[in-house]
Amino acid sequence: MDKTQLDLVRGTLDVLILKSLVWGPLHGYAITSLIRRQTDDVLLVEEGTLYPALWRLEGKGLVEAEWGVSENNRKAKFYRLTTAGRRHLKQETRTWEAYAAAVGKVLGATRPPLAEEQ
Amino acid sequence: MSAIPLWRRYARLLGADPLADVDDELRFHLEAKVDDLVAQGWTLRDARREARRQFGDLRAVRQTGERLGRERGQRRQRKDYWGAFRQDLRYALRIERRDRAFTIITVLILALGIAANTAVFSVVDTVLLRPLPFADSQRLTWFTSGRDLSASIRGAAGLSGVTYTVDAYEEFARHNRSFQAVAAYDPFFSDAEFTLTGRRDPQPVAAVRVSQNLFPMLGIQPMLGRLFTPDECKKGGRPAVLLSYPFWQRAFGGDPAIVGQTVTFGKQAATVVGVMPASFDFGSVFSPGTRFDVYIPAVMDELRNWGNTLAIIGRLNPGVSVAQAQSEATILFPQLKAAHPDWYEDYASTITTLKDFVSGKLRRALIVLWCAVGLILLIVCVNLSNLMLARAAARSKEFAMRSALGAGRGRLFRQLLTESLVLSVAGCVLGLGLAYALTAYFAHQGSIALPLLSSVRVDGAALGWTILIAAAATLLFGCAAGIKASTGNLQDTLKDTGAGLSTGRRHERLRATLVVSQVALACVLLIGAGLLMRSFLRVLDVDMGFRPSQAAVMRIDYDDGNSRAKRGAILEEMLRNVDAIPGVEVAGVADMLPLGRNRSWELAAKGRVYPKDASTVVMVRIVTPGYLAAMGMRLRAGRDFTWRDSASSEKVVIINEAAARYHWPGQDPIGRIGLGGSDKEVRVIGIVANVRENSLEESVGPEMYLPETQADPEGAELVVRTKLPPEALASTIMKTLRKLNPDQPAAEFQPLRQIVDHAVSPRRFFMLLVACFATLGLILAALGIYGVISYSVTRQTQEIGIRMALGATAPQVQLDVIGKAMRLALIGIAFGGIGSLAAARWIGSLLFGTSPADPATFAAIVLLLAAVALAAGYIPARRASRIDPANALRGF
Repeated sequence: MDKTQLDLVRGTLDVLILKSLVWGPLHGYAITSLIRRQTDDVLLVEEGTLYPALWRLEGKGLVEAEWGVSENNRKAKFYRLTTAGRRHLKQETRTWEAYAAAVGKVLGATRPPLAEEQ
Repeated sequence: MSAIPLWRRYARLLGADPLADVDDELRFHLEAKVDDLVAQGWTLRDARREARRQFGDLRAVRQTGERLGRERGQRRQRKDYWGAFRQDLRYALRIERRDRAFTIITVLILALGIAANTAVFSVVDTVLLRPLPFADSQRLTWFTSGRDLSASIRGAAGLSGVTYTVDAYEEFARHNRSFQAVAAYDPFFSDAEFTLTGRRDPQPVAAVRVSQNLFPMLGIQPMLGRLFTPDECKKGGRPAVLLSYPFWQRAFGGDPAIVGQTVTFGKQAATVVGVMPASFDFGSVFSPGTRFDVYIPAVMDELRNWGNTLAIIGRLNPGVSVAQAQSEATILFPQLKAAHPDWYEDYASTITTLKDFVSGKLRRALIVLWCAVGLILLIVCVNLSNLMLARAAARSKEFAMRSALGAGRGRLFRQLLTESLVLSVAGCVLGLGLAYALTAYFAHQGSIALPLLSSVRVDGAALGWTILIAAAATLLFGCAAGIKASTGNLQDTLKDTGAGLSTGRRHERLRATLVVSQVALACVLLIGAGLLMRSFLRVLDVDMGFRPSQAAVMRIDYDDGNSRAKRGAILEEMLRNVDAIPGVEVAGVADMLPLGRNRSWELAAKGRVYPKDASTVVMVRIVTPGYLAAMGMRLRAGRDFTWRDSASSEKVVIINEAAARYHWPGQDPIGRIGLGGSDKEVRVIGIVANVRENSLEESVGPEMYLPETQADPEGAELVVRTKLPPEALASTIMKTLRKLNPDQPAAEFQPLRQIVDHAVSPRRFFMLLVACFATLGLILAALGIYGVISYSVTRQTQEIGIRMALGATAPQVQLDVIGKAMRLALIGIAFGGIGSLAAARWIGSLLFGTSPADPATFAAIVLLLAAVALAAGYIPARRASRIDPANALRGF
């Protein structure tokens, strides 16, 4: 896990966290594992940075937390997407897609752009 | 995620703990990671190290978590707090709407208390606390000459005794080192009264002569035009005049084009060089209760030979203290006197700050006033506490219910405080409105001789003060009920009996204590007001030496060309004409009236050797025949002047009793020779009773009267004694005067009584205010007694019913209830009486002819309070005696 790993674009982590919660409540460790699995280990999330991001989302009311018990019977804090979080995720996804499409267009170009007329 | 285990419920038993939450969460993460790694075949040790490595900076994350958690906690607390506040507020508003009568009374009482406090604070702030409205005013000082003169001589010399000659002023200004500038004005406003002619009817104009540097020194800039130039202040310079703002508005309709134009005052034309700003009111600072229309240059060379004519104001050099300036003046004036043997006195001077001069005399009175309104506020708070307690008692079931449903004591307390806050805010708003009206009213009382009164208004400081006292009041009257409500016995209250229980009785004791303190406070106020009122009556009762009723005065104008013979002829003709008007009993003219301006000359008994320090200064009035009679003065011996005492006949003088006693002790002065100012011999032809010249409250010094034909007057006032109201005569007299002198100004024909009223206006002002406050206090105390007794009657309805069923008669029941009221009142009066003795001694210096322990006042107030208590107790007593036993007992 060295060369193909990309540094996360700032702010993207929030979207990834929100997205990983759409299937149901998860604790922090599950979120890191999920992101790692889904990105096929391409994105490097330094696990520690996940938590401040989670707490901030909690502060903004995009996720809410509740203490529960994990699969192997340890007490763990579970996060759940709020309605506001869901709405936020939708909006961010659209923004991201538009952004990616635009970047993709430029990078995938085969001809130089036409010179604009004065 | 499975169900929450039972233990989790207690994990945060002692409140949220964000730090522990963070630790738990991070620990779980690491443990899960280690488990996974071990499952992948790592050794436990390596797995732990790897988990840490992958996690990153554990400590930083923990710190962030801690910080975020704390912030969230605070935010939630704030939200909860305001949420609860909103809830309380809504509830309070609902309660106040339901209890409309209670709300109106409470808000009104509070508004009165707050209005009184704010208004008085505005006055205190303007007069005492705020600096004078001049640039860098703490460096301005006032000079009072005649420091070494005894009080009686100073009284005899009047204004002349505390003022300076032009020479003394100029020499001091030249030689001192303490002052950046020394300026002067002529406080004998008399000779600066003019008539504005050439525009409509001639109008009277009051002017004040100021030195060229006075306005620059005070830091006052004209609103239009410029100040005086040095040339305009020299003899023979171009006559110039500065208009005051009100006069500019009144006489010239606020026309800016007036600057540079020439106006005519009497015979003299002067150029208007500027208009002073509206904020500058010379009279309100230097001569309260007097209005000045214009400022003219004090031409020193013209005033030089007129004796003491100047009042001096200095601006200290930066860093020089008043004490340093004083010690310099103490050395400098005698040195100057030594250098000028012709000086009449050495002008030993007292230097004070200008602020002290302006408001020093009022300090005590204003502080007393301040304390009086403070007492009122206290009474208001006690009264409101009582009302709130009564209501809390009525709502005790509600509180008990809420308590049973889980509301903590703190929560109930807060609810009650919120309710008092709502009342407070309403009272505050209404009170501020009242205070605005009150201060606006004060500011327009131009005739009250209090300094700076015209600039009194509710400003930021007063607003702050109001908010402060309102907050204090809220706490004071909210707490009593709050404490009571939050400590009540839940079970007792919830049991549906209520009446006759020990809690009720305890409750009543607290209310009784409040009423007693209220009566005591009101008693102190009333006795203070009573003493002040008695002093005021004593002042009005003073033998003034003249009769102010049935007489009126008017400033007159004539042109005598400075010839005594011509003046005699003019005045004789004028008075003959005025005397002939139907309704006029007698008329006379004097240059100055009592209780106003004054000046002093010299008089000594011929042939008598005076002790070295003895003063031969007497006040002087220049009068016509008939003046003494018109003023209602009493001739003790000898005769009045006649028109035969002319410029060419023997010089004559009439003296007052004080002068007779001082200069001819043990002799009959009639027919004896006195020596006037420049050793001119005058024969004493009459003695009049002393007239209060300076103020009604000071004893009288020696005084003399000279005929208009033998001395030079300063101005002229026509005094007419008539049984008709002055308005009825005014037009006839004006017509007569205009016939003789077309330039006679349209001066006001003023009842002589007004002059006396003006002199006592500060005392009347204070007395009236304190009396108002005392009345308010009395009403509140009566309300308090009524409330408590009425409540106890309601509470004891059944008890009274039983007694009546057992044979008690209505009078017995009444007596019992009234007795209870009287007991409260008497305890209050006893405490109040003791407090009053101390308070009265403290205001002793404000009293006049009244002992601080004046038995009549004390007795009257005690009786008044007892009578009011009786009345307040009688109403519930009557209600008690009408209780129908059958009805009352049915309630059991």
